[in-house]
Amino acid sequence: MIILNKETIKIETEQDAVFLRKRVTEYAAKIRMGLVNQTKLLTAASELVRNMLRYAGKGQVLCEVISVSVLQTGIRLTFIDKGPGIKNVDEAMKDGFSTGKSLGVGLPGAKRLVNEFIIKSQVGKGTSVSILKWKNG
Amino acid sequence: MDRIPILKMGDFLLVTVQVDLYDRLAVGLESDLVNMINRHNARGVLIDISAVSIVDSFMGRILGNIAQMSKILDAHTVVVGMQPAVAITLTELGLPMTGVHTALNVEKGMELLKEKIWATNGVISEEDDNPE
Repeated sequence: MIILNKETIKIETEQDAVFLRKRVTEYAAKIRMGLVNQTKLLTAASELVRNMLRYAGKGQVLCEVISVSVLQTGIRLTFIDKGPGIKNVDEAMKDGFSTGKSLGVGLPGAKRLVNEFIIKSQVGKGTSVSILKWKNG
Repeated sequence: MDRIPILKMGDFLLVTVQVDLYDRLAVGLESDLVNMINRHNARGVLIDISAVSIVDSFMGRILGNIAQMSKILDAHTVVVGMQPAVAITLTELGLPMTGVHTALNVEKGMELLKEKIWATNGVISEEDDNPE
């Protein structure tokens, strides 16, 4: 796996989320990701940024353009925060579960929209969620 | 703070979202719309989201809220112009857009709103069944 591009974006306000959206759109256009895949990736990112802002207050997103072959390129986004962490990750991944007042579709919904979804969380230390969307996938 | 403009046209309120939505903007729109419905006795709300490239669970919920609130205030809501990629994503995300009426474009949305208002007014217009 080759990392073609790497950038860290700090997330502190909702405006930063808008900026992240723009950057990811640019990267997606660069690798010619289709519109549907691009929309799915951006929507998943939007869910995860909201979670980060709501539960941890701030954090950062690592954007990577990765390639495994000439044909297979994609975008990987890693959301890292130092928030309270998730007590029960399995529970949080279930549809309809929320400790906030939301609908509880954010995390499981985001997982459905991407090709790879890795979540790691430690109570009191923080959460990291990594999503990957292939250009054709 | 940014605001999405709301236009009044007769009994209707028209909203064209020309920017990408973010949470605070959507929440602002929700409260502005409900206030406008109340102030102008609006009977229908048409929201054009053809320029919106993503709708996630939060914004979807706001659209649902707007539809529900306006229903309580005796107004109908139609969301028009959703991009196909957004529709695909919303469905896969698993967001039930219950109670939100949709139409393909502004024209069809207006027709739907008029039909709905006529239906609730109890006016049976025969002309509609037999267009000349």
